[in-house]
Amino acid sequence: MKRRAFNASLMIGASLVATLVLCAIAGPLVVRVNPDAIDLARTLAPPGPGHWLGCDALGRDLLARILWGARISVGVSSIVIALSLIAGSLIGGFAALAGGRIDELVMRAVDIVLAFPGFLLAIALAAILGPGLPDLVIALAAMGWTSYARLVRGEVLALRERDFAVAASALGARPARLLLRHLLPALSGPLMVQASFGIGGIIVAEAALSFLGLGVMPPAPSWGNMLDAGRAFILVAPHLTTAPGVAIGLAVLGFNLLGDGLAQMIGSRPV
Amino acid sequence: MKRYIVRRLLSLVPVALGVASLTFALIHLIPGDPVIAMLGDNASNADIVGLRQRLGLDRPLWDQYAAFLYGLAHGDLGRSILTNEPVARLIAERFPATLELAIAGLAIAILIALPLGFAAGANPGRPIDLGAMSFAILGISIPHIYLGPLLMIVFSLDLGWLPLTGRGGLSHLVLPALTLGAALAAILARMLRQSLAAAGEADYIRTALAKGRSRLAALVHHGLRNAISPVVTLLGLQLGGLLTGTIVTEIIFSWPGLGRLLITAISARDYPLVEGCVLTFALTYVLVNLVTDLAYALIDPRVRIE
Repeated sequence: MKRRAFNASLMIGASLVATLVLCAIAGPLVVRVNPDAIDLARTLAPPGPGHWLGCDALGRDLLARILWGARISVGVSSIVIALSLIAGSLIGGFAALAGGRIDELVMRAVDIVLAFPGFLLAIALAAILGPGLPDLVIALAAMGWTSYARLVRGEVLALRERDFAVAASALGARPARLLLRHLLPALSGPLMVQASFGIGGIIVAEAALSFLGLGVMPPAPSWGNMLDAGRAFILVAPHLTTAPGVAIGLAVLGFNLLGDGLAQMIGSRPV
Repeated sequence: MKRYIVRRLLSLVPVALGVASLTFALIHLIPGDPVIAMLGDNASNADIVGLRQRLGLDRPLWDQYAAFLYGLAHGDLGRSILTNEPVARLIAERFPATLELAIAGLAIAILIALPLGFAAGANPGRPIDLGAMSFAILGISIPHIYLGPLLMIVFSLDLGWLPLTGRGGLSHLVLPALTLGAALAAILARMLRQSLAAAGEADYIRTALAKGRSRLAALVHHGLRNAISPVVTLLGLQLGGLLTGTIVTEIIFSWPGLGRLLITAISARDYPLVEGCVLTFALTYVLVNLVTDLAYALIDPRVRIE
């Protein structure tokens, strides 16, 4: 029997993602510094003992803010991906099973949303809904669900002809049961790959929206608004931009490598 | 080819109408009162009624929609609340700067991706492949909002080679275009590497080698042409990202384009201007998709023969 090749992308990606999740969950419990505590005596302090990543323009501890920012980043992107995945899978799956006019109508709606650049849709929604976490989640989920709808619709059209699906239908399974119990579980591999790449994109989009002042609002620490605030001090205190920049980069790298690794493992590429 | 072009042009109409309708729906159907959002909670009743009348928001929705489409067909996007200038004129002033940035970003992406992807794809598994692809994954992972400031620190502040912000000659364009194009370059290089490496194993390459061609010549003349199709498809899918990437890039480099106008309009709650900017971005994307499809049909004859 051929041994499975060592999957470096999967290993490194999974380690980075696990570290990120660990930082988000346990980080604020280990580094027990208030991320909003202002200490004007430590304004723009460089990294050193006591403040391992330095302090920002208001003397707030950067490490604490990065760890709390990880919580926001991981929290928002997980909720967004779950919402996009559920909405996209249900819409795409039922459109495929319904067929005919309903399918046609749903897919035209998907085409129109896809004809809109995703980040532009998120900006427009965030601008209209106003800043705030729930609105940010809605804006980002509106951007993401279409790719899952397309993926699931295409796969369901192919899978429903397979023996297991035909057998389930013959035994009297209704469309909802057929989709939820038989078809979607068979699609978990490709959906996982797509979601892994998707989370990287959402982390960047969340950071960019917060950077533009349309996402997480200060003083709440988000990597995006920390980068924005740090830009003004880029000459005197480059660590203010480096810390959140590297955090975003590593998070995105982790999810991209994880996606690559999963795709290699199950032999599927994202659409 | 002619029939294909006509068919694609005709399909543009419903998509453009759909995009315009979605933009209208975004601004007009979302809960919340834009007039109160613009004037604040303490505005007098007379002011609210006046502005609502001026913007036509007191009319029935279908009437507003018809007026919106009529205006759009005539190039009239209403007036900015802040400056009272026609939105279409404000957009026309800023649009060339965004187009310039997007084209420069695309050019830089292709200029980086082609040699990088070719070098890696022609030598799969060798150190040059590993180096090029590590570089590419780094390019994908560094977000614009960090790459921009990073390039500013190195090339403007430390080395003093390039201007920090603003629009001017070619030197002003380099850093924003690099910031915008880096991620796309990395994505395209990875795709080219993958498809060229696959093409390198194909029978037609073996035949060319058997006929005495060098490996490099066989890959350049036969492999590249076959390997480029998926790269063009992927490029088409990524152009939306490039276009919206200009928004963040323009903010970082104080580039006077449509993206900065949009963000200014959003913070001033100038809804007609927001609507105009969003619509212009979206319709540009629709047009760009059309051009990509036509280019794809030109490169790959299988697309136009259905």
